[in-house]
Amino acid sequence: MLGRGIVEGMLETARNFLGSYVSRERLTTVQYPEERLAHIENARSFPFLVYDGADWQAGMRCVSCQICEKECPPKCIYIEKSVDKKPDAVGRPQNYPKVFNIDVSVCMSCQICVEVCPFDAIKMDVEYELGAHDRFGGLLLDKQRLSKSNEYYHRIHPTEAAAVDAALAEERAKMQAKQQAAAAAAAAKAAAPVAATPSAAIPSAPATEGKA
Amino acid sequence: MTRAVAVDQMFVTLNHALVAYVPAVWRPLASAVLGVVTVMVVFLTLFALTVLLERKGLGRMQNRYGPNRVGPWGILQPVADGIKAIIKEDVVPQSADHAVHFLAPVLIVVAAFLNYAVIPVGRGMALTDLNAGVLFFFAISSMVELGVFMAGWASRSKYSLFGAMRAIAQMISYEVPMLLAATATVMVAGTLSTTRIVEMQATYTGQIPHWFVLTPWGFTGFCLFMVAATAESNRSPFDLPEGESEIVAGYFIEYSGFKFALFFIGEYLGMMATSAMAITLFLGGWSAPLACLQWFPTWGWFFVKLVALLCGFIWMRGTLPRLRMDQLMNFSWKFLLPMTLVNLVATGLWRFLPVGWERWLICGALVVVPYALLGRSINWQGRKVAVRRYRYAE
Amino acid sequence: MSSAMHPAMDMAAERGMQLSPAGESGVQLLEVSMGPQHPSTHGVFRMDVVLDGEKVVKLKPVFGYLHRNHEKIAEKETYLGNMPYTDRLDYICSLTNNWAYALAVEKLAGIEVPERAEYLRVITAELTRLQNHALLIGFLMQDMGASGTPLMYAFREREKIQDLFEALTGSRMMSNYMRFGGCRVDAPAGWLAEVGKMVASFPQFLDEFEALLTGNEILMARTQEVGVVTRERAVNAGLTGPMLRASGVNYDIRKVDGYGIYNRFPFRVPLGEHGDTYDRYMIRVLEMRESVKILEQALKEIPDGPIQDPKTKPRNFRPKVGEAYGRIESPKGELGFYLISDGTGTPYRYRVRPPSLINLTLLEEMCLGHNVADIVVILGSVDIVLGEVDR
Repeated sequence: MLGRGIVEGMLETARNFLGSYVSRERLTTVQYPEERLAHIENARSFPFLVYDGADWQAGMRCVSCQICEKECPPKCIYIEKSVDKKPDAVGRPQNYPKVFNIDVSVCMSCQICVEVCPFDAIKMDVEYELGAHDRFGGLLLDKQRLSKSNEYYHRIHPTEAAAVDAALAEERAKMQAKQQAAAAAAAAKAAAPVAATPSAAIPSAPATEGKA
Repeated sequence: MTRAVAVDQMFVTLNHALVAYVPAVWRPLASAVLGVVTVMVVFLTLFALTVLLERKGLGRMQNRYGPNRVGPWGILQPVADGIKAIIKEDVVPQSADHAVHFLAPVLIVVAAFLNYAVIPVGRGMALTDLNAGVLFFFAISSMVELGVFMAGWASRSKYSLFGAMRAIAQMISYEVPMLLAATATVMVAGTLSTTRIVEMQATYTGQIPHWFVLTPWGFTGFCLFMVAATAESNRSPFDLPEGESEIVAGYFIEYSGFKFALFFIGEYLGMMATSAMAITLFLGGWSAPLACLQWFPTWGWFFVKLVALLCGFIWMRGTLPRLRMDQLMNFSWKFLLPMTLVNLVATGLWRFLPVGWERWLICGALVVVPYALLGRSINWQGRKVAVRRYRYAE
Repeated sequence: MSSAMHPAMDMAAERGMQLSPAGESGVQLLEVSMGPQHPSTHGVFRMDVVLDGEKVVKLKPVFGYLHRNHEKIAEKETYLGNMPYTDRLDYICSLTNNWAYALAVEKLAGIEVPERAEYLRVITAELTRLQNHALLIGFLMQDMGASGTPLMYAFREREKIQDLFEALTGSRMMSNYMRFGGCRVDAPAGWLAEVGKMVASFPQFLDEFEALLTGNEILMARTQEVGVVTRERAVNAGLTGPMLRASGVNYDIRKVDGYGIYNRFPFRVPLGEHGDTYDRYMIRVLEMRESVKILEQALKEIPDGPIQDPKTKPRNFRPKVGEAYGRIESPKGELGFYLISDGTGTPYRYRVRPPSLINLTLLEEMCLGHNVADIVVILGSVDIVLGEVDR
């Protein structure tokens, strides 16, 4: 009593006042936008589509399976499947999305789309300066705005991207091994009855793979 | 030495020089007008600086910068605030009493400015040298309470009425300890004239000045006066009338635009005026703290002390939560008032006891013992308040 | 104060507003609505208060301004899809919300949780408790008028904890971290060391905070003997959490249920005696200290291993038919999820037991007889978050 608690409190404030001129601990302001906080690796803001290589349309990993659309809790993803096919990240010919829209004003950054995607095609971005002048059109990100390269993915989430690349490389290796085995088996089958048939069946060439 | 005196008296000489251009019969009026204009300009600038100082000071106490965008170190922030206040729409409630609603902030600001008439800012630099300067000061500061109540009543809103009631009760209750604390100085000085009081404190024994704050009764009186002054200007921890988090600005809730700014000007000017009076009564007015520092101009010392007291106000605001209404009243009537009465006794004894360590001991004990007793027995609304120990479950 | 002199009453009568009957001293009562836009009501919350001078005669809390159909939405979403919505219940303590929901679903489906995941759950829950209590004390002081200084100090520490959450879960507040049978992702390299550093510096912050607040006479005068809740009343009204323990009832679900691995941690449960606001404030400070001890131990003992059963798949989760109630000690009280499953991928019934709402039911009783200034202090000490009250 007798004012001692008040005096202690005022000393504490004085310590913070003087300390703010001396140590960064006691002056934690970051003067945005001139300074920015260091980017934390695992942070997430909104999804983006990963593409391998230089061409965002040819290298897009998304095969339009629409699993993320179904699992998204606020239903902010809108996908329209294409009719034709193109090779995906491991080389199999698959559909691709003709339309892929994410309404960023509805998205709640829950990351469930990333979790359920079997093709490592959609990942979380860290971009948060997404201001737009148009509330509806400006915040509806289409396929082109959503597509960012694998190099970008490595820059923002290096550990995760490295793991994904390793997994994809493994899959591609398996795929290649399977195709070579299939080609060898077909060649063997074609070579065996060469005496029976006059013309040898020419084995079909393996499909070209899109390498990163 | 003459150089220092020249600097010290430069405003007085400037005044004489400018007034010489006016025909003789108008000279007193011109001199007074010049003085008034100077006081207004100086204290309004000081107000702007205080606002900035407060925001930056509070910011630093809270581990952040204050405003620093508008000019280097935010210097132009008060200008920006002023422009904002002026260009805002002036919304007056339809059912409000328009005349009174308009006059309330005007009255507060006028009363606040009138206070500065008797403050000696430097040697020979008081606007008027009234024989009853202290009395004039306290009479004028009571006008502010009238303005506050006018504001609350005329707004015709529940929240503002609340705030006005609380403000009036608080301000009237704290006038009494403030006056009694000042009376101690008047007793010793034997005069109500502010210039005489400062001149009495401007003498030195060796290096130590004869400031009244350096005596037991003066120190107590100063502390009591400052606490009462905080309550008079509705500053934290006594800012319940403008209890921001409950009734959202209390008695000036229905004001917007420039009138809102006028309330703030009134509050800060009141704060500065009571600080100035405290400096005059207890801290030796314009005199230097050590005899060897007298080369610094006297008006400079006055402003240094004023800024120091303002920093004290800001420090208290940044640290302390606010008191509740009944606790406020209890504090004033059951603690401050008895302490000021005890202080009067101590002052009287000091005057009549012979000079030496005995009078220090007696007066010191006379002040400290009631403080301890009153402080311990203070109970807020009949309940004891104490630090507690907690047990843990087994 | 007869109505002839009271302009507010005249105005009320002119506009045909309902006037409350005269109080016992024959004076007119003043009816004030605090909120929903108010600096101190912790969200969109309204209180219709009837005052006799400065004393509270009647108080009616009005909430529902933040109702977002959480329970109805949950009936249409898959179990996994509901997890991000639980973040937004008590939006300050998202990780404990996640844990309560995961606990309920694990009870429903009979899923086991590996060791490392249990330790991570305890670490994140105690960090959540630290930042929630710090925030609450900061806001309590802000409402009391200490113009933001304790608030800024509390937020300074809270930022460190939120950075830790961002490194672990990806988001500062809406973490979506717990899964049925473990956690979503393992701690990144160096995270546990960072937590250790933060925990080591926290007691010093608590000491500074207490130096500023606990012995402060003004704080003591404002909060002691204000908003008293007796033991019997607390138990009868169903209060839980720090409010209950401040009234002296020894009931901490971490001790009572021992969910997760809490029975491995020897922490103490502080109890108050008076049941007033000061006790609630002090109990929270003491709980913060105990949480620091739990964290130190958990960081030492955490084993390596999987954080989720490798066979679980995120999609097509269909628990068998049945019902389960999973509850945890969230920083605000007992947070419970009651789920009824009908064998499909979405719950049949999903009910949240919100501790803030149930603690709030005693608000009128606590405020009667006190001043207007005390209402805000009492409301602050109840620790409500409107996201949870309204769901």
